Amino acid sequence: MQAITNQSTATRWITVCALNDILPNTGVCALVNDQQVAIFRVGEEDLYAIANYDPFSSAYVLSRGIVGDRNGIPKVASPVYKQNFNLATGECLDNAEVRVPTFSVRVVDQQVQVGSTQL
Amino acid sequence: MAKQNLVVIGNGMVGHKFLDRMIAKGATQNWNLITFCEEPRIAYDRVNLSGFFNGKTEADLTLVEPGFYQDNGVQMYVGDRAIKIDRDHKCVTSANGITISYDKLVLATGSYPFVPPIEGKDAEGTFVYRTICDLEAIAAYAKTCRVGVVIGGGLLGLECANALKNLGLETHVVEFMPRLMPVQVDDAGGLILKREIEAIGVSVHTQKTTTKIVSENGRVHKMTFADDTELQTDMIVFSAGIRPRDDLARDCNLMIGDRGGIVINESCQTSDPDIYAIGECALHQNRIYGLVNPGYVMAGVAADNICGVDSSFDGADISTKLKLLGVDVASFGDAFAKTPGARELTISDAIQGTYKKLVVDETATTLLGGILVGDASAYGSLLQLMHNKTTLPPHPEDLLLPPRSGGENALLRVENFPDTAQICSCNNVSKSDICNAIRDNGLTDLASVKQCTKAGTGCGGCVPLVTDLFKAELKQAGIEVKNHLCQHFAYSRQELYHLVRSSVSSLEESQQIYTFDQLLQRYGQGKGCEICKPAAASILASVWNECILNPPHVGLQDTNDAFLANIQRDGTYSVVPRVPGGEITPDQLIVLGEVAKEFNLYSKITGGQRIDLFGARVDQLPHIWARLIEAGFESGHAYGKALRTVKSCVGSTWCRFGVQDSTSLAIALELRYRGLRAPHKLKSAVSGCTRECAEAQSKDFGIIATEKGWNLYICGNGGMKPQHAQLLAADLDKETLIRYIDRFLMFYIRTANRLERTATWFNKLEGGMEYLQQVIIEDSLGICAELEAEMAHQVATYDCEWKATINDSTKLQRFRHFVNSDQRDPNVIRVEERGQLRPAYEHERQLLTIGQS
Ligand SMILES: Cc1cc2nc3c(=O)[nH]c(=O)nc-3n(C[C@H](O)[C@H](O)[C@H](O)COP(=O)(O)OP(=O)(O)OC[C@H]3O[C@@H](n4cnc5c(N)ncnc54)[C@H](O)[C@@H]3O)c2cc1C
Ligand code: HEM
Ligand code: SF4
Repeated sequence: MQAITNQSTATRWITVCALNDILPNTGVCALVNDQQVAIFRVGEEDLYAIANYDPFSSAYVLSRGIVGDRNGIPKVASPVYKQNFNLATGECLDNAEVRVPTFSVRVVDQQVQVGSTQL
Repeated sequence: MAKQNLVVIGNGMVGHKFLDRMIAKGATQNWNLITFCEEPRIAYDRVNLSGFFNGKTEADLTLVEPGFYQDNGVQMYVGDRAIKIDRDHKCVTSANGITISYDKLVLATGSYPFVPPIEGKDAEGTFVYRTICDLEAIAAYAKTCRVGVVIGGGLLGLECANALKNLGLETHVVEFMPRLMPVQVDDAGGLILKREIEAIGVSVHTQKTTTKIVSENGRVHKMTFADDTELQTDMIVFSAGIRPRDDLARDCNLMIGDRGGIVINESCQTSDPDIYAIGECALHQNRIYGLVNPGYVMAGVAADNICGVDSSFDGADISTKLKLLGVDVASFGDAFAKTPGARELTISDAIQGTYKKLVVDETATTLLGGILVGDASAYGSLLQLMHNKTTLPPHPEDLLLPPRSGGENALLRVENFPDTAQICSCNNVSKSDICNAIRDNGLTDLASVKQCTKAGTGCGGCVPLVTDLFKAELKQAGIEVKNHLCQHFAYSRQELYHLVRSSVSSLEESQQIYTFDQLLQRYGQGKGCEICKPAAASILASVWNECILNPPHVGLQDTNDAFLANIQRDGTYSVVPRVPGGEITPDQLIVLGEVAKEFNLYSKITGGQRIDLFGARVDQLPHIWARLIEAGFESGHAYGKALRTVKSCVGSTWCRFGVQDSTSLAIALELRYRGLRAPHKLKSAVSGCTRECAEAQSKDFGIIATEKGWNLYICGNGGMKPQHAQLLAADLDKETLIRYIDRFLMFYIRTANRLERTATWFNKLEGGMEYLQQVIIEDSLGICAELEAEMAHQVATYDCEWKATINDSTKLQRFRHFVNSDQRDPNVIRVEERGQLRPAYEHERQLLTIGQS
């Protein structure tokens, strides 16, 4: 729901890289409006974006985690202490109280774009 | 109703069991529990007393959970002996002058060691073997002795001899009877036992009556025998039997047996119905039981009766199994064929040093008893056949021999025992008790089974049976002891390794498994995770040895592998170039110093004889490595589950003690195995002589030089759970050494679990070192040629990962913090300490950011 509202109102799309800059099943970190965004390419097609900040290690590292799934939910494991985050919602799968922000992301003409609601 | 007083005299094994039973029954509601404990410590495991000499502490031996008595309001008088029972006034008086009245009294005073009335028996240097205090005294005195003698060749005497031997004394056993263990073993068995024990270096003198103990300078010096021979010794331990401690009962006119012991009925009551006697002080049907299990049964019966529950003691089994001086001995049931019509069947093997006897009834259909010396592995099962009166097979001797047709002897399988079969006789635990505990509590490991049921926690003789039962039970419940890697693969790491490895020889290339995606497609489900991806990456690397940063593999790697460096707590990395064998030239040191200075890296010497440079940002890594590689360095794989280092001492090149060139060997080994990926990291070391300066015995494989060659030790560990490596083979020449290491490493890589170090792998390996020796040295599995070929492939295809990376612009793409900017991670904040930079701690970081804004 959120994503749709965002798109229909004030979303500004910022191109960060080519799709091919992200190897399948890995992540990269992009700087978007001074924020660190971790973008993951799951399989060939699916893209997800969450904050790069790992609240458990207080380091900006989530883009370097291993991508996979738990019970079908796409997720990334923090490279420092290995907590898992739901890529779609930002929820921590190992600690229900923790959630990292998510961002909208899309591919246009083989370019990866991150949505920003900030003006 | 006011609570009544229940006084227990003696807090030994049985006294404690009694209190434990009472508390378990909730009897503290109606009873004040009071106990006198003569020894300075509360109940401990006397059965395993000798463990005290093998490093067991008082805390290990105690039978009482800390706080157990206090929590249950038991009034303890520790170090206080009861000295008088006044039956008229129903009270007990102690040596410390305490008088307490009782409503019921329980005597659990145990027994004392019998010291025969030999002249000189009280000389300095004579001991008995019953309490922790006795053992402390023996250990202290033995320090000044060379020779020790045990008088008495029974069960306890032999255990005591073992202890003296472990204390480093020349040890003798003197037995009055013609054979050892006269109570349990017959002549033929005693002879084998004697031979086995002498082979271990304990001298056995049977049929010797000691006449005198002679002292010199106030210390024991020698003993003389009735046959006019003599034996010089520095200390003597009496182990000539035990006598019940019935003096208190005697003094208050309770009924005592002719040869001692407090007479009890089947309710464990003495001749005074308010006084009970249990354990070794009690005489039941003219019999004293010198074992703990009958005492435990009595404790239960007395507790039942006092709580108004009907139960009775009908005698007990005195079957025993022990390991005496490393020799198995077991005796059970009617070992001496005293039942009318009983027939004996013996198998004696003087070469193997085993003696086995079965006693069967007239028709040879049921087992009545038996004796096993040298190999008592069948004890637990035979005992069950006897107790359950199971009909024997047509050839009862089959029970003693290896199976005729290669199959197992079904009668001896624990699954086929009846539910009532008593598995643990020390704690009276039946087969159904164990099965129910496993089922009801969903137990999935052996330790929990033991903890929950107490089975196997007494003498330990039943542990093999408990283990078999546990396995059978899990199998039956369909709870396979699951070893699946994770939810994406219903295979263990070993199985996946095998699948990948066997795909190599597939003729069709499409069947070969090069990538994680192929593996997942063929054998897995879902998308994978942080468990199976690195495991698969490691397997693929062990099999194919392709660069781990090639596109299909890069996403599988933990961040350490993915950036070929070790991530630190602030998200930056450390760099560890390989320094084979720890040998480094001044020029190389200078380059490291220059690089550290240029990139402002914190520098530290590692535990692995090399240098770690900390604090490199992702974008700096390729630049740092370009410099290092130019100077001839290679990746040190400090980030990988791979060979780390082969440490060395200087050995014969410099050291005045060295007998071989340990440094050259270490360098050769490190270069041979560099980059080898394994289920976990691998560490090694080579020492130039037995002084072992390189600490090779704490390594996955460690080598120590000898005059004749090299000794190879394997499966050691430092770190969290240190473990000494064990000798695989001695005095090897270099070629054989390398062949064995090749085989060992590849066998480990094939068969270990994910993240299982060699030490853990070894501890789980059935058959232990002997098995590994068979596989690695004797090639019992016929796979050594394969293992060597696999290693040869690894060695031939080695490539420095960093070199491959800095020469590949697509790989270098990943080495930046932002995909869309050349900025660095602004959140990496450093502070200076002792002249170098380190990451700021959280509190410092807050101060610094406040200062900035
Ligand atoms: C080295 C050794 C090895 C053994 N190995 C085995 C084995 O493998 N298997 C087996 O089944 N059995 C074995 N036993 C025997 C087993 O230990 C005994 O059967 C068991 O301890 C008997 O328990 P108990 O409570 O009757 O006597 P104890 O454990 O001797 O306890 C009696 C306690 O009462 C105290 N006491 C006595 N009089 C008084 C008093 N007046 N006031 C206060 N306290 C008093 C004593 O100091 C003692 O602490 C072994 C014994 C020894 C010494
Ligand atoms: C997360 C914490 C740790 C990290 C990142 C780490 C990292 C490393 C690295 C990279 C090396 C290799 C150095 C080299 O290859 O030259 C090393 C070696 C070593 N580490 Fe650690 N380590 C950690 C924790 C520990 C702990 C807790 C222990 C001990 C309990 C330990 C004991 C050792 C030892 C003994 C060596 C030397 C190995 C040898 O001599 O072969 N490390 N460590
Ligand atoms: S292990 Fe032996 S050879 Fe090596 S340094 Fe020590 S004493 Fe010298």
